[in-house]
Amino acid sequence: MNLFQDALAWLTDPERSAGPNPLVDRIGEHLWYTLLALVVSALIAIPLGYLIGHTGRGRQLAVLGSGAARALPSLGLLTIFTLLVGVGNAQVAAIAVFVILGVPSILAGAYAGVEAVDRTVVDAARAMGMTETQILFRVEAPLGLPLLLGGLRSAALQIIATAVLAAYVGLGGLGIYIQRGISLRTYDEMLGGAILIVLLALAVDALFAIGERVARRAIGSGPTRSRPRPDRPEPLTTDQQSTLEEIR
Amino acid sequence: MIEFRGVGKRFADGTDAVIDFSLVMPSHQVTVLVGSSGSGKTTILRMINRMVDATEGEVEIDGENVATLEPVQLRRRIGYVMQSAGLLPHRRVLDNITTVPRLNGMGRATADELGLSLMDTVGLDRSLARRYPHQLSGGQQQRVGVARGLAVDPNILLMDEPFGAVDPIVRADLQAELMRLQRDIGKTVVFVTHDIDEAFLLGDQVVILATGGVIAQKGTPAEILANPASDFVADFIGADRGRRSLRIVEQAGRRIVVDGDGRAAGVLTDDSAAR
Repeated sequence: MNLFQDALAWLTDPERSAGPNPLVDRIGEHLWYTLLALVVSALIAIPLGYLIGHTGRGRQLAVLGSGAARALPSLGLLTIFTLLVGVGNAQVAAIAVFVILGVPSILAGAYAGVEAVDRTVVDAARAMGMTETQILFRVEAPLGLPLLLGGLRSAALQIIATAVLAAYVGLGGLGIYIQRGISLRTYDEMLGGAILIVLLALAVDALFAIGERVARRAIGSGPTRSRPRPDRPEPLTTDQQSTLEEIR
Repeated sequence: MIEFRGVGKRFADGTDAVIDFSLVMPSHQVTVLVGSSGSGKTTILRMINRMVDATEGEVEIDGENVATLEPVQLRRRIGYVMQSAGLLPHRRVLDNITTVPRLNGMGRATADELGLSLMDTVGLDRSLARRYPHQLSGGQQQRVGVARGLAVDPNILLMDEPFGAVDPIVRADLQAELMRLQRDIGKTVVFVTHDIDEAFLLGDQVVILATGGVIAQKGTPAEILANPASDFVADFIGADRGRRSLRIVEQAGRRIVVDGDGRAAGVLTDDSAAR
């Protein structure tokens, strides 16, 4: 328990806000890398996922590609990329690594969301005379939004956790405390940094959870398919009432 | 008028859903395609609005070959009502009804006004306009589906087992409503069902289909009942099971109509008393 007390003491030390390595700056960097990587991942994965979901083609390829991308060790990849683009461009290398990490989840969320839409709804939309683009953006995309948000959520969490690596190529972020803690054996600092990352991840997760809930509510009920309720007696129409009166 | 001439549909996997199908569906009348599953009835229906493209022969609407028409434009001028209503779950009732007029560029205010009057037409209370589809009963959803099908005031209304998913009492209600509606609006309706009673009730022209879209018999309900063309038809309409052969039995001074199994179907009354 001593270690945790030390970590808390480290976190609440005035040095953390006034010193040369303020927490707020590192949190800012961490969030910035996460946001940047998430946006780039989304720009790549959402159009691709919608295409796969709408056409029903390329799913197999996406699954294989996603599996491969997830299997790549991020630290090794970061080292190679940084060497390739030069240490001066380390930020590009880091974002690229995080994007590779983020794309599979978002891709899966995008095409799963589109695929989960009740086929009879899509069929009806087409039979009414919607163009394929209209079907995608007015029917499939809004109804698939909760699943897409789920994909973004897990991508965001993975990127936040992995953004620790940014410190290894001199880019700061909260990983700097962990890296320094390990090399200097200052375990209070290391654990303090780790706790902050966990809290950040939890906060982002909660934000996405709220977003998903709002999206589900916005598209009607929870599930993406609507089942007719068992029939309730409908109020009599005036026609039926007059028929009823005639019978009497 | 919708005319099928030697129409065939072979799916990509090589199965023939429809073989050499020819039929005229007259304007302002209800043509019912009835058959069991595999008879190609839905495929035939969907060839009219090019949801399915014929691989052989021609489908013409008022002399125009549908294959030469742009599918999206074609579909927007044909009403389509399907079994599970197929409403957009994330849109309110009114927005569901006015989807196509809005796609065609109608302003919101005009479209809402139209939508509300269509709700009156199909017997839906206006207070339901702001509800979501899942907040309605199956019967109400189906009425919304019909209102949506009528939204562009199409000449043609395609109905694919529209009342198949609701319970018998609501179904009878919807059928009566459709007949009343058709008396007022006189659309060219193509109606698909597997229920022969529904076919006889609604159809001006009833087309009984065997496997592959082969026409077993077509005609008015009375013609088909009077003279089933084959054992298949007789079996399909229930003539051989005695359901359709009614006879009169005198009981307690009244004439009771019983079917082939001796079950009472009703009481025979004088013409004058029935009016």
